[in-house]
Amino acid sequence: MEFAELIKTPRVDGVALHRPFMPTVEGTLCLTGHHLILSSRQDNTEELWLLHSNIDSIEKRFVGSLGSIIVKCKDLRMIQLDIPGMEECLNIASSIEALSTLDLLSLMYPFFYRPMFEVIEDGWNSFLPEDAFKDLESMTDEWRLSEVNKDFSVCPSYPPLVAVPKYVDDDTLKKAATFRHGGRFPVLSYYHKKNGMVMMRAGQPLTGTNGRRCKEDEKLINATLRPGKRGYIIDTRTINVAQQAKARGGGFESEANYPQWRRIHKAIERSNILQESLIKLVEACNDQSHSMDRWLSKLEASNWQTHVKEILTTACLAAQCIDREGASVLVHGTEGTDSTLQVTSLAQIILDPACRTIRGFQGLVEREWLQAGHPFQQRCAQSAYSNSKPRQEAPSFLLFLDCVWQILRQFPCSFEFSEGFLVLVFEHAYASQFGTFLGNSTAERAKLSLPEKTVSLWSWVNRPQELERLTNPLYEANSLVIWPSVAPQSLLLWEGVFLRWNRSSKCLDEAYEEMGHIIAYNKELQNKVNSLRRQLAQLETEDPLLQSP
Amino acid sequence: MFLLVVCVCVCVCLQVEQVRLLDRFSNKSTNGTLYLTATHLIFVERSLQSDSILHHHIASVEKLSLTTTGCPLVIQCRNFRVVHFVVQRERDCHDIYSSLLLSYEEVYAFSYNPKQNDQQREEGWQIIDLGAEFERMGVPCDQWQLTNVNIDYKVCETYPRDLYVPITASKPIIVGSSKFRSKGRFPVLTYFYQEKKAAVCRCSQPLSGFSARCLEDESMLQAISKANHNSRFVYVMDTRPKLNALANRAAGKGYENEDNYSNIRFQFVGIENIHVMRTSLQKLLEVIGTRSLSMSDFLVGLESSGWLRHIKAVVDAAIFLAKAVTVEGASVLVHCSDGWDRTAQVCSLGALLMDPYYRTIKGFMVLIEKDWISFGHKFADRCDQLDGDPKEVSPIFTQFLECVWQLTEQFPQAFEFSEWFLLQIHEHVHSCQYGNFLGNNQRQREDLRLRERTHSLWAFLMSEKQNYLNPFYSPAYSEAHPVLEPSTLPYHFKFWRNMYHQFDRSMHPRQSILKTVLTMRENNRKAESTLQALEKVKVQRQEEDDDDDEQEEVGEEATESTDTERTVEGSSGTESRKQSYGELEGTYNSESAKEEPAVVSLEFGVARMTC
Repeated sequence: MEFAELIKTPRVDGVALHRPFMPTVEGTLCLTGHHLILSSRQDNTEELWLLHSNIDSIEKRFVGSLGSIIVKCKDLRMIQLDIPGMEECLNIASSIEALSTLDLLSLMYPFFYRPMFEVIEDGWNSFLPEDAFKDLESMTDEWRLSEVNKDFSVCPSYPPLVAVPKYVDDDTLKKAATFRHGGRFPVLSYYHKKNGMVMMRAGQPLTGTNGRRCKEDEKLINATLRPGKRGYIIDTRTINVAQQAKARGGGFESEANYPQWRRIHKAIERSNILQESLIKLVEACNDQSHSMDRWLSKLEASNWQTHVKEILTTACLAAQCIDREGASVLVHGTEGTDSTLQVTSLAQIILDPACRTIRGFQGLVEREWLQAGHPFQQRCAQSAYSNSKPRQEAPSFLLFLDCVWQILRQFPCSFEFSEGFLVLVFEHAYASQFGTFLGNSTAERAKLSLPEKTVSLWSWVNRPQELERLTNPLYEANSLVIWPSVAPQSLLLWEGVFLRWNRSSKCLDEAYEEMGHIIAYNKELQNKVNSLRRQLAQLETEDPLLQSP
Repeated sequence: MFLLVVCVCVCVCLQVEQVRLLDRFSNKSTNGTLYLTATHLIFVERSLQSDSILHHHIASVEKLSLTTTGCPLVIQCRNFRVVHFVVQRERDCHDIYSSLLLSYEEVYAFSYNPKQNDQQREEGWQIIDLGAEFERMGVPCDQWQLTNVNIDYKVCETYPRDLYVPITASKPIIVGSSKFRSKGRFPVLTYFYQEKKAAVCRCSQPLSGFSARCLEDESMLQAISKANHNSRFVYVMDTRPKLNALANRAAGKGYENEDNYSNIRFQFVGIENIHVMRTSLQKLLEVIGTRSLSMSDFLVGLESSGWLRHIKAVVDAAIFLAKAVTVEGASVLVHCSDGWDRTAQVCSLGALLMDPYYRTIKGFMVLIEKDWISFGHKFADRCDQLDGDPKEVSPIFTQFLECVWQLTEQFPQAFEFSEWFLLQIHEHVHSCQYGNFLGNNQRQREDLRLRERTHSLWAFLMSEKQNYLNPFYSPAYSEAHPVLEPSTLPYHFKFWRNMYHQFDRSMHPRQSILKTVLTMRENNRKAESTLQALEKVKVQRQEEDDDDDEQEEVGEEATESTDTERTVEGSSGTESRKQSYGELEGTYNSESAKEEPAVVSLEFGVARMTC
């Protein structure tokens, strides 16, 4: 077993563990292939089981012969291990470093994890494109499911099945694919039942500097317009960035070639800038200085809240075009795998009540992120504490979750899930025992046989005890479109993620619990009242016949 | 809400048709008619929906230059509402403008009539009894006594008549000390922490200049020190920045010299003065009033306004005070310059941290009555009640309310009241509708005969108590944590949207957890009594005899107790009874139904809750 070679010291006794807002635990530290374990060997103290893949970076400190390792996790937690003995400490540190930076996917924990719970429903089969299409078919017959990408040759980041306009044939799709970044030809993202308008997404058109055009691409997207209607193209980049993209073979749809479309440019930043923003934000949150000015200026300089606002604004714009203007929309940025997905998925949260349920949200993440080819493996390889030079890392998905949380805060009764669910999804996107977020695309997942070899996160979530824990007690189905406020005064820092390990949440948790009690009591009373009424009504009807008992 | 009260009794002084009301942040507008009465500005929309602004709430009126659509008029209110009208004819606009600028001879409280008789009015004023409050703290006791030196406001005219001082502080000491203190505000007791016998006292700055001393004042502090056997020294907290205190020495004022006073520990706290606070709030309001504000400009503006820094400074000072008293068991003397702004903030907030009673609805009223109203916070000047000196205006009390709000965010279970209570108090500090906050001190209030001529806000708030309850309040929590220990890391201080954007509904959450849970609790209470009634019916039905009349009565009882108006029409048929149960069920369910998401509560700001 190759892990053994990486573990220089598998076990150290007398290690002290310091965690935020928890008492210090002393015990034995063990390293296994996938976990860092600290156990006090006493029944009533909690053990620490930390996945190596959750470790973002470590720091070593020495005071005399006592070494300390500060472990910084991808979920933003920081823990400290005090290890007696310089050599042990160094050994442990280098082992952790090696184990937490393994690149080979097939060595990841999900391939070794065996569920200790009963799988009621296999999450790998819960959200298949063909099932989603069945729902679409019940609303409209204008779309078909194309198998043009069956072997992932037309677009390596798309799933084998995609929904396209009914009267556009596969040849047209293939040609359109050659005209779009990464072969990401326009496909259906969302169908708005209320007025039949649609949202599509794609990669940028490869117009280049000499204004190349592609009749098939034009035909494909025009096929989604009603006669005499105009549509909107939302380019998530500023006009300048889009112009510059031409030099690298990319570009945007010109008015001349796409006369039926109005193009709107927004300003969602690219991956590397978002990653930098995350690092700065987390740094600001961990700053223990008591200066208000310093905190506010650091928060501002991180630009994180600016990104949240920009993404939400763009999503609102897309939703507005569809719901208010009654127009169809095509969304793209450069690759069509980051900002594009943020916009299309958030627009659905706003427009479609189904996406605000626990199951619907899972479906949304599957459709608009996993199957749509957001490269999770690359984006979530490192989080905010990484020392290594960022390559492809970006918190695109975390920003999406943050935006969902903002809407949840503004419509606290319209979501079936609680904040905890969003935090859970965030954690598992970065490190998990489940296979759901492994790989960068459906093609990669198929190659690794993830559905056969690993357990899906949704298999875990979709069990009564978990669902109960993740349910928002205030939820009352709300079939309306929900328009969030995007004013800076209305947007908040997501404390549940960014201050989670810096401030004690005890008081807030207790209040939340209290709310749960009030609501549970309300249901109980309601049931009692109803059942008594029923009994009484029954007494009334039985009365004349039986004479009361 | 206001309008109902107003329309009944007031004649319209001015009426202007075809006025447009613009939304502050969007491009929406509504058309309607503007009415000016003696007390209110009323805007009635085409749809007959109406909205009114109390003249007292108007802080400034500005006529902008003429546009093609008409003459714009911008009204800024003290409750942070900003109203933007466009009047079609310039002449009309000018009329409104000049009428609004007229000063009032008399405040609204003297004409406001909530239809109470004299006895009810008097009862309203008796709700808060400060003598009883000191008794609750355990004063008078063997170390502290009530003194009558100020019974005629002769020693200090801005203090109340009843004052509590150490038992060893004789009248000459008190009088001597008062002569050595700015405005005669000598050290007196404001809070007594019974558990450690430690006292919180307040006063104004000493007139020490560069070298002056006063033996009586020194004896006074000595007396305070001696009254507490738990500690060998007294903290003297000067809530000003050191620089300000130093500057004051040139004017013959200053701070206590530790060499002259035995057993004191002197400490500067660094809360800025009223002018800095006024400018800070102005800056903040300017920033947040910008249309299409970017996130970056918002955060930069929030920082450069310094507002949250000032809020944090006040909370920090209160924590210092609470720790000194509860942990060290030391007595603390708090002062600033005159001892009615920063001193009021720190003493009241400190007491709120130490004593769970002040975190209840009644207790909070008592706290405000004690540390703000009776000790002479100059509400009339600070809130600009009657066109006073603009340099005297300052949001000191608003800051206090905000500090409390920041604490409610950290301790959602510790307070009996919700944010709505704070907002409502703020509203009425400026409305001049009730007598409580009129004038600058007790003496002025007595001269104005407010108890006979006006009504008490506390009575009104008590009658509406239901609306201000915090559904998460847990008395058990307060028992377990009598002293609050908030964190003052900067990220715990947030921008209070529901205060500063109270009237900008587009910025509020569209659904309110607070409101939903409050409604649910209310429903629970109703359901409990329904349940009881139904159970009673069931028992009776089970042992029933066939007398029709009796059945009928039982049915009525069940329906009445659920607060729904339905009564069973005189019939003995099973049909109608069943129907009535069914309807009850219907009513109950619809009451618990969710809020319509697009609708935001009109009466209160919509709330937030951190969960």
